[in-house]
Amino acid sequence: MTKQQANWSPYDNNGGSCVAIAGADYCVIAADTRMSTGYNILTREYSKICKLADKCVMASSGFQADVKALQKNLAARHLIYQHQHNKQMSCPAMAQLLSNTLYYKRFFPYYSFNVLGGLDNEGKGCVFTYDAVGSYEKVGYSSQGSGSTLITPFLDNQLKSPSPLLLPVQDAVTPLVEAEAIDLVKTVFASASERDIYTGDKVEIVVVNAAGIRREYMELRKD
Amino acid sequence: MSKSVIEMPPKGGFSFDLCKRNEMLAKKGVSPPSFRKTGTTIVGLIFQDGVILGADTRATEGPIVCDKNCEKIHYMAPNIYCCGAGTAADTEAVTDMVSSQLQLHRYHTGRESRVVTALTLLKRHLFNYQGYVSAALVLGGVDVTGPHLHTIYPHGSTDTLPFATMGSGSLAAMAVFESKYKEGLTRDEGIKLVTEAICSGIFNDLGSGSNVDICVITKGGKEYLRNHLQPNPRTYTSSKGYSFPKKTEVLLTKITPLKEKVEIIEGGDAMEE
Repeated sequence: MTKQQANWSPYDNNGGSCVAIAGADYCVIAADTRMSTGYNILTREYSKICKLADKCVMASSGFQADVKALQKNLAARHLIYQHQHNKQMSCPAMAQLLSNTLYYKRFFPYYSFNVLGGLDNEGKGCVFTYDAVGSYEKVGYSSQGSGSTLITPFLDNQLKSPSPLLLPVQDAVTPLVEAEAIDLVKTVFASASERDIYTGDKVEIVVVNAAGIRREYMELRKD
Repeated sequence: MSKSVIEMPPKGGFSFDLCKRNEMLAKKGVSPPSFRKTGTTIVGLIFQDGVILGADTRATEGPIVCDKNCEKIHYMAPNIYCCGAGTAADTEAVTDMVSSQLQLHRYHTGRESRVVTALTLLKRHLFNYQGYVSAALVLGGVDVTGPHLHTIYPHGSTDTLPFATMGSGSLAAMAVFESKYKEGLTRDEGIKLVTEAICSGIFNDLGSGSNVDICVITKGGKEYLRNHLQPNPRTYTSSKGYSFPKKTEVLLTKITPLKEKVEIIEGGDAMEE
């Protein structure tokens, strides 16, 4: 008697790609705006990026219903923190909160692949990358989602982090200027949308720096 | 010792010997390699003077685009063309095969090929393979009996229609046809409608994309408009360009010399022929 397989899944994949790059005094977080299911497009203008705190922004791809629930959860926890501590959460603090929130649902995970980006307490850019159950790491750049397999090798080539095997330990933050990093992100999304069917329509680029948070859009292939 | 079973040469067609092994592997969690399908939107319509066929140009391997500009309108005969959706290898192979058969038939009969001949050859082949040859085709052409348009399904059934769509984008394209098709379209109206239907597939179906190919077949001849429309140019090219100077990072160098003695045998055997 073979084991009966489930004929209904609580999850769906809405596709899309996210990227984040950390610089010396800025952080760029970008995600495409296409939401799809199977071979159909649900909408061309869905934002996958959410501002969690003054200097902390999260981009998530995967199952958008779980992403929305996760964002709401974190926003509520942040509000409580603000009431208790009379200040905004720092990016590294939010990073750990996100990890714990994800692991809390270890046995019925949030189908959400996240990248967290922002400025740390010293004003330097930081990017944290996650898996679906909360394993996280501070990195210089990261990519998640359906286009990540196309994007990551290119970012590795252009922004290659120094090997962790070399001593002294070097910082992973890129020496590129903000404008160059944005140019890189635009190129990366244009290329990913050529070859990944789930990436396209528009890319939303959010830049966090000392002046605040700025948002810009760029058109991508619509096919 | 004589063998009890005589070894027979394979008769051709499919061998299902590995099915049990594949099932066992699937249970262990090993997923089979995906084949290249054409995602696809293909259409055909009959207009005043003949037939117009249209297709998109994207080929996909799962979620990745493997060819941004492939040709889905295949030649069958000087007056017959066939659009193919489904597994790319299957559509190529089956159209090439029937095209050759039609040529031989033309030599044999001394006459222009008829669309129904191509139709019967294709459907017989596909039915024979019980749907395992995953080719969904839109066959169109003009012969002595007039213009014809047919759809052929992977299991071997066919339909004869004034307008038809196939592939993952067929619903998007059919929505356009059902709204705007009428009998007795002129050449330009027909091309415009086919282009609209294919564009509908390109933009609304993720399995279809890139450019629009058109083929117009009339009694006088055919016109193959490759990349008739290119509505998807690359959206952004960095003005400064990118260089790739980085080589593989060397973390450690360790050289172990191999033995230096090489023994030379005098008068060794010459190489076997």
